[in-house]
Amino acid sequence: MQKSVFRKTIEIIIFTVFIFFLFAPLLSLGIWSVALRWYWPHTLPQEIGFDYWLQALGITKSLTLGAVNVIPAFLLSLGIAIIVVIITMAIAIPAGYSLAKLKIPALLKGIILILFLLPRAFPQQPVFLNLMLMFNKIGLTGTVLGVIFVHIVVGLVFAVWITASTFSSIPPEFEEAARSVGATRLKAFFKVTLPISTPGLIASAVFVFLTSMDEFTGTFFVGLPFVTTLPMTLYSASGSNIQFASVIAILLLIPSILFMILIQKFLKAEHLGGMGG
Amino acid sequence: MAILKVKNLSKNFGKVKAVQEVNFEATEGKVLSLLGPSGCGKTTTLRCIAGFENPDQGEIYLDNRNITPFPPEKRGIGMVFQNYALWPHMTVYGNLAFGLQIRKVPKSEIDKRIKKVLSMVQLEGYENRYPRQMSGGQQQRIAMARALVFEPEIMLLDEPLSNLDAQLREEMRFEFTELQRKLGITAIYVTHDQAEALVISDKIVILNQGKIVQSGSPKEIYSNPKNKFVAGFIAVTSFINGRIDSFTEEKKKVVVKTDDGLVIHGFDNSFNIGQKVSVAMRMNVIKFIQDENKSDKNRVNIFKGKIIQSSYLGNIIDYKIKVGSWEIRTNSDAKYNFKIGEEVTFYLSPEDIIVTREE
Repeated sequence: MQKSVFRKTIEIIIFTVFIFFLFAPLLSLGIWSVALRWYWPHTLPQEIGFDYWLQALGITKSLTLGAVNVIPAFLLSLGIAIIVVIITMAIAIPAGYSLAKLKIPALLKGIILILFLLPRAFPQQPVFLNLMLMFNKIGLTGTVLGVIFVHIVVGLVFAVWITASTFSSIPPEFEEAARSVGATRLKAFFKVTLPISTPGLIASAVFVFLTSMDEFTGTFFVGLPFVTTLPMTLYSASGSNIQFASVIAILLLIPSILFMILIQKFLKAEHLGGMGG
Repeated sequence: MAILKVKNLSKNFGKVKAVQEVNFEATEGKVLSLLGPSGCGKTTTLRCIAGFENPDQGEIYLDNRNITPFPPEKRGIGMVFQNYALWPHMTVYGNLAFGLQIRKVPKSEIDKRIKKVLSMVQLEGYENRYPRQMSGGQQQRIAMARALVFEPEIMLLDEPLSNLDAQLREEMRFEFTELQRKLGITAIYVTHDQAEALVISDKIVILNQGKIVQSGSPKEIYSNPKNKFVAGFIAVTSFINGRIDSFTEEKKKVVVKTDDGLVIHGFDNSFNIGQKVSVAMRMNVIKFIQDENKSDKNRVNIFKGKIIQSSYLGNIIDYKIKVGSWEIRTNSDAKYNFKIGEEVTFYLSPEDIIVTREE
């Protein structure tokens, strides 16, 4: 009994600290996004209102410095992220499966994995600077296509690693059992391996999606000034108008939080189901 | 139902020779067991038959049709896996229907066959359960049902009972035998459990280090193990090494002499004088003699030894007895209650002693 009280206390302390670290920055962002007038030494804004939200969401127009309509940027980011997820997963699923299940010599496997890792093994700025110079030659800089390409390069590393480990965690007997009852390799993959690995693949896709939504460095070099994704708008707003920056930052959090809830629901259900992701 | 022939099968994994020139034939409607310790090549042999491994050499024939180049799905062989490998995202119905749907069997026929196979494994009404909602024994039966439902010509089982507890395992042995006899299906059964192999098999093939050591009916293998390895695998617990000294007038009796002077009469005549042999004894071999004077003086195989270990098991006591430089393990009736260090006299009946090759 005493032990459980002690335990409860510890839990409450940890929870409070956790909440503080998680929500204090969010709270600060929230307050900033509604602060119309907030001067030192006041603890809270003197005047609050949703003017910046309305402007940012394009509902009212204003000539305030740094005022932007973030809706097009949000939609652009979302669109890019969705396309990036589709293309990345289309590459990562077969690549991860091959690495996990096919009898590839260890040396070759190592080379393939290093090739996927290589873009992340160096400092990002020089890599993207080089990429920009290359894209300049073929006219991909400043285009959505160029940005999508950069995001795929960034996302693919994680996607291949996560899908490969998902597939290798599935016992080979599931697929062998399917083949023994008459399924071809392809059928066994689509009817057995793929459904069983869904949780891991979803986790991988969500990761790619969030990486694309937040991607900054590559977009900065390859996309600007014509492709302004949400992080780009955040960057330009943060220099001039902290309120707009706060609004954008909160908007950036929304898809992440939604996906976290989704993924948790998915993974939990699967764990209860006793199948490994 | 079908006859399966394995001819000259070899399979290497890198430098490891997993299977070396294995030959055997599974008779129609019978159970053939591949028995051996782990790493003996029994599972690799099974996987070659199923089509999951490509042999480096040799062929596999199903009814005189060479199936070696066929992929697993074209072989029409049912397989039961050690971990059952029931698909966790499908219900029992889904698991059983999968193979039939691939064969484009109409739905009404699928329902009928699933009902039939579930009643065979005594799990009627389990169609909508998921594998995780069933016990190990039930999952095992569904795995068996899945391998049978598409009516394969032959069935492969890879240590199917090894994940069950001892009592259930014994029950399932009988159930498997009954089911197999009823269907008359040819089965290849991989196991490392000699008791299981003896109970369920019509023929046992014993493998060691990728090679066949001995094959024959359970009775042949039990009563006449070819060498020390086979004997040790089939319930022999004590060995005494020596040389063939002479033959007795009686048929099939040999006299073995050890280096430290023990003389043992045993049962076998396929040896030459002077050949190195091993005298193999099971747990039931010893008969204690309490009153020496009563024993017939002409009797052979009477020895004196010292109890060096005893374990009480309720109805029986498990003794270890030191005789010369050798140790013999035996079960005895609990009415003999010897202490550790006590001198005992005992008799070994020559009929119960197997003389086998030492290597």
